[in-house]
Amino acid sequence: MAAGSTYTPIATTTLGSAQATVTFSSISGSYTDLVLIIGGKNASSDQGIVTQVGNGSIDTGSNYSTTYLIGDGTNATSGRASSATSIIAGRMDNVASTSIINYMNYSNTTTYKTVLGRGNDGALVIQHVGLWRNTAAINTINVFNLSSVNFAAGTVLTLYGIAAA
Amino acid sequence: MANTYTLINSATAGSGGVASFDFTSIPQTYTDLILTISARSSRTTGGTDGLRLEINGSSANFTYILLDGDGSSAQSAPGSSGLVAQLPQAGGSPGYTANTFASTSIYLPNYAGSNNKSFSIDTTTENNAISSYLDLIALFWSQTAAISSLSLKSTTANNLVQYSTAYLYGISNS
Repeated sequence: MAAGSTYTPIATTTLGSAQATVTFSSISGSYTDLVLIIGGKNASSDQGIVTQVGNGSIDTGSNYSTTYLIGDGTNATSGRASSATSIIAGRMDNVASTSIINYMNYSNTTTYKTVLGRGNDGALVIQHVGLWRNTAAINTINVFNLSSVNFAAGTVLTLYGIAAA
Repeated sequence: MANTYTLINSATAGSGGVASFDFTSIPQTYTDLILTISARSSRTTGGTDGLRLEINGSSANFTYILLDGDGSSAQSAPGSSGLVAQLPQAGGSPGYTANTFASTSIYLPNYAGSNNKSFSIDTTTENNAISSYLDLIALFWSQTAAISSLSLKSTTANNLVQYSTAYLYGISNS
């Protein structure tokens, strides 16, 4: 069957060696939403994956917030972080992990931007919602592990564009 | 750029239902797979049924972390099977609303790679009769083999009823 026309690869990175941060820049504004798929592992302990965004340059200010729901196999809990310098959006351990991060309506210039993130690893399943308090279009994205833990070699990060029409 | 959300194969249960949905000889040419399922169990006795995944003909080497909301509370539990969904069932207790099917989406990244495999699953058994379930599942398969076949079966060996469906899509990053 012919493919749909709305799941277009924008950029992909397969890490040849351990790396702390992956940046996607000069992202076209022609899609409706963005989806970032991260499959792989990190170099050491179980960590959250965070994202920062910007227009032209990454916003490293305290302009982000996150609310999350976590299951650890025993308890279901929820928490949040406000006035933070990044959005918590995924999860990665040192065995095998999957994170799916959606940047909603990323190119509009009238609303703050919502990010939906899902993290899955051997210890936790987490659903996140994050907010970037800026009306600028997103054309640059950073992702990295908390606590400066590297993504391991072989980890694949692919950014897709989703178009409504 | 190329379109990259490609239907690989689909299956629909006919009259009498089916014991499993089986996808074999999966091409190794995609980056990721997405499996979407609408299913209901033929189980008519008490208790609950689930849907489980087998990979390359094996039900072994799975573990999962489940995060579950039932309309009253949220809980989390671990497991050691390929559970991907809880299923409405045709009869027995609890009694599910007729004609309701569980909806499930499974994302399988790097399925052709040589690392252990981690999957992201969203599933629900929304209905109007009893408690509904919304589940987020992190499923782990501790094998490095490339995935060449996938099977979906009831955890209690019941059939998946008529009109249950499964669709397998390939996602390419180039």
